[in-house]
Amino acid sequence: MRHRSLILKFLSAVIVFGTWEIAGRIPVSYAFPTFFESMLALVNLTLDGTIFTAYAETLKPLVVGVCISTVLGIGFGLWIGLSEKFDWLFSPIFIVMQAAPLAALIPLLVMAYGIGLTSKVFVVCIMAMPVIVLNTSSAVRNTPSSLKEMGRSFLASDTEIILKIIIPAASPIIFSGLRLGVSAGFIGAILSELKITPTGVGDIITYSRSIADYPSMYAAIFSIIVLAVLFLNLLEKVETHLFRGNVRGYVSD
Amino acid sequence: MDMSQIKDTAKQDVDVAVSVRGVSKNYGDVEALKDLSLDFPRGELTSLLGPSGCGKTTLLKIIAGLLEPTSGQVEVNGKTVTGPGPNRAFVFQDFALLPWATVLRNVAFGLELRGVAKSERESIAEKYIKDVGLAGFENSYPHELSGGMRQRVGLARALSVDAKVLLLDEPFSAVDEQTRRKFQEDLLALVKNENKTFIFVTHSIEEAVYVSDQIAILLPRPSRVSEIIRPSGFRDKPVDQIRRDREYLDIVDKIWASLRNYVE
Repeated sequence: MRHRSLILKFLSAVIVFGTWEIAGRIPVSYAFPTFFESMLALVNLTLDGTIFTAYAETLKPLVVGVCISTVLGIGFGLWIGLSEKFDWLFSPIFIVMQAAPLAALIPLLVMAYGIGLTSKVFVVCIMAMPVIVLNTSSAVRNTPSSLKEMGRSFLASDTEIILKIIIPAASPIIFSGLRLGVSAGFIGAILSELKITPTGVGDIITYSRSIADYPSMYAAIFSIIVLAVLFLNLLEKVETHLFRGNVRGYVSD
Repeated sequence: MDMSQIKDTAKQDVDVAVSVRGVSKNYGDVEALKDLSLDFPRGELTSLLGPSGCGKTTLLKIIAGLLEPTSGQVEVNGKTVTGPGPNRAFVFQDFALLPWATVLRNVAFGLELRGVAKSERESIAEKYIKDVGLAGFENSYPHELSGGMRQRVGLARALSVDAKVLLLDEPFSAVDEQTRRKFQEDLLALVKNENKTFIFVTHSIEEAVYVSDQIAILLPRPSRVSEIIRPSGFRDKPVDQIRRDREYLDIVDKIWASLRNYVE
């Protein structure tokens, strides 16, 4: 079974990259390189170290932003999920944040916080936080009431009910919010480098496009996607490790 | 005449573990329970039986301290209930197991919440897991167990905190018929061997008559106790003789006759 899923993964990779290669060879556009050209460019970028210095720059706002979004997002989500008053007060902010056309708001952020790290962290947070908050709060609100009653009847304190029942019960949805939030954070990090100041991976993308070095441009885009996928897989591993029985959903379902 | 009077006073002297006094419960304008009073003798199993919507579970949750009565009070061992307490343990209709925790941790969860040290609570839990017949499943997760086995976990969890009063909310309604019969036999053995007071909510007439020392019939809207029946003749018979006992059959028929008007 495990073997089979590996084969399927491999197969879908072959199909996607194969299509890319064919599309590049036709070519659909002169600005669209083939898969192998892009990979070659990626190898070159890796060998001359460009990609590492670029990521050292890009990862700064990304990591800071994602960490802030995770901690604050889950915290706010818990609070909103537990208290109706807080829900009424804060939910709208995150819903607005989620719906806002971020690219159009970036000039405003730059006016307020300059062109440095702060603005970029903000962009990552605005992208990542709402979905984490909204997922967490709805998961907390939907904790099966019989589990909470069980906790109360066996004399759990309020803190114990939150720590030992509500958070573990909500964890599958919190984690799916984290996954969505983190991938949005990756988008935010690149967006900020394209829209605020070209640094890191955003710089490779902008610069290679301006000199029509399309393979390098796609190599950079490809690398950020790979990084995001790897990170999401890691997150999933952490989740299954922490809450093994949750993989099969709720018992009472 | 004299004899029956003596018997009546003897009944009043029964050691009462839980007593419900004039309890009412309103949900908004709806009266779920109205001025309900009922005594639960110590060491016996009392069933709350009635058509759906008659407030059986509401009453049980008020005894558990999970719900607050609008008026009236519940006393357990002479002390008024103000919330959940260590002298009562609850068995839930939908099991209420933690899906992310093993059988061992689920059974030990009540003790965990009471701050019992890990090694101690696990050895207690292991004993009860064995008692309910789940030895070998300590490290399984709830989703790997059948419905009946899950409820055994719920039962072991309630037993392991060693509460004197066990509250069972339709515990067997989500398990299949054969498992259910086995459960009922096990429950009779449990009542006999453990010196605990059992309060048992069910909607099955046969089940109530089969396992109970005392059956309280509740009638709906608003709920009140319409009748208390104490089967006497077949309680000491072997489990496989009960269902063919004359008195058992008569009581089942009698209860159905009084309930049938309330069933849509």
